[in-house]
Amino acid sequence: MRHVIIGAGPAGVIAAENLKKLDPSGSVVLLGAEDKPPYSRMAIPYFLVGDIEEEGTYLRKSADYYASKGIEVRQTRVSSVDTASKRLTLADDSTLDYDKLLISTGATPVKPPIGGIDLPGVHNCWTLADAHKIVERATPGSSVVLMGAGFIGCIILEALAARNVELTVVEMENRMVSRMTNEVMGTMIKDWCVAKGINVLTSTKVGEIQESSSGKPLKVMLDNGNTIDADLVISATGVRSNTAFLGDSGIEVRDGIVVDDHMQTSVADVYAAGDVAQGRDYSTGEYYVQAIQPTAVEHGRLAAQSMVNGHKTAHRGTVNMNILDTVGLISTSFGMWMGVPGGTESESVDKEKFKYLNLQFKDDVLVGASSLGMTQHVGAMRGLIQTAKPLGEWKERLMSDPTRLMDAYLASAQQQSADLSA
Amino acid sequence: MQKSLHIDPGKCTGCLQCESACSLENEGLFNPAKSRIKVFTFHEEGRFVPYTCTQCDEAWCMQACPVDAITLNPENGSKDVNADVCVGCKVCTIACPFGTINYNASTGKVVKCDLCGGDPQCAESCPTGAITYIDSDATGLDKMRAWASKTDNAGA
Repeated sequence: MRHVIIGAGPAGVIAAENLKKLDPSGSVVLLGAEDKPPYSRMAIPYFLVGDIEEEGTYLRKSADYYASKGIEVRQTRVSSVDTASKRLTLADDSTLDYDKLLISTGATPVKPPIGGIDLPGVHNCWTLADAHKIVERATPGSSVVLMGAGFIGCIILEALAARNVELTVVEMENRMVSRMTNEVMGTMIKDWCVAKGINVLTSTKVGEIQESSSGKPLKVMLDNGNTIDADLVISATGVRSNTAFLGDSGIEVRDGIVVDDHMQTSVADVYAAGDVAQGRDYSTGEYYVQAIQPTAVEHGRLAAQSMVNGHKTAHRGTVNMNILDTVGLISTSFGMWMGVPGGTESESVDKEKFKYLNLQFKDDVLVGASSLGMTQHVGAMRGLIQTAKPLGEWKERLMSDPTRLMDAYLASAQQQSADLSA
Repeated sequence: MQKSLHIDPGKCTGCLQCESACSLENEGLFNPAKSRIKVFTFHEEGRFVPYTCTQCDEAWCMQACPVDAITLNPENGSKDVNADVCVGCKVCTIACPFGTINYNASTGKVVKCDLCGGDPQCAESCPTGAITYIDSDATGLDKMRAWASKTDNAGA
């Protein structure tokens, strides 16, 4: 049995490891497009800030790790997939046959449709190659404009601030990280960043980027009429699943590759996992591209099981969750953090201390949560949401004091590990 | 024989010796805020619940780590954070459904219980036997019994 995996990010690597574990005699070929050993994009901010060397971003550390596990890693792009003959065509026009295929090609930054986006000095922050270019330009005292205050934008804020650059963030939404914050929390994050000396412009768009001869190489024109002279512009306005190479393969693509509850795509023997996959969301039951690390890992593991053992247990979906460190202020969000129809909400706000906790309930079950300035026991929010434990009398206690969350957890969710296993 | 921590909240008096011992062993200072075991107080019922990592088989933290900084200690079954490798991304802290791996802002790394390398100081310091370090089989049996009795109650 030959298992081929396209994409060497976390989903691909976890799948490769599990495939080898479950099918030791099968062959596992892991195809990566970049000129680097498999690495974690999540670690790039820590490389940018100078905490780690490039090697610190690698998913597995020893040079012979993959060979020692019997996983063949190849550096190549895939140009097309023929699902009828189960054959891949690679960038050099050679072919590779598979018995089972896993697509874990992740995502690519979306290029905003504005003038000057291809100028030198305008970069994404997505690959290690991007990171190296940013390090070159983001020197102390340089002027940097960051387009987009989403996850990627926020997570590199600290790295940029630590490089002592003059930093301006331009975000078209009315708050920061709108995909994980309500207005109260998103505004608190902005206030924190501003207090740290970062210029944050919300409800603002970049209209155009021009070359300039006024001392700085770039001029960033905003839709409010102002301009900013910049040495570097970083574009972090969102990502899109990497599916272009699937062409007329017959594999169904919506926002990402649609997978069933066994991680199989619309075509037999073809699976998808991680940021490219549109899989079941635990909270809504809908199919959604979550694009988060824990989901990539779970997808990779589940796909490997299905590829080797067949379609045994349908998985119940992954809980959407995020944790973000914005210049030292830590925010989390879990499940239906925005609430559900007919649900109830409990909120604790301390703007001065930058502490916030919001719990969302359906009846007496926690269905969503978000927090700011909390670092202890945050995972229990996932535990309570995913086990769907009725909170009983603790619901009312949490309604009057949401910060007693851990007490409620201990009182109601002791026996939970069995409920979590998919 | 693999051993694991066994916690019997009924025997806990809330003296917090375990928190002090843990922080001294792992952080070099008496600072319960830095302890990896935490005693929760239920004032209404006058009850105390010591709580820390169970070194669960699923190892959500270890699975979720993007840089391979959490590894299985084959000696005692603990899942240990290698602070030199941890980049501080905190994704393990949301992935762990027990909330027992936490971010330490002063070091920029995550911390969790590592059973003190096989000699857990919380159990050592507990004066009432609320925290013990015993054969895993025994704790497994206890869990099953506790579970069975719950099921019985539910049926009754």
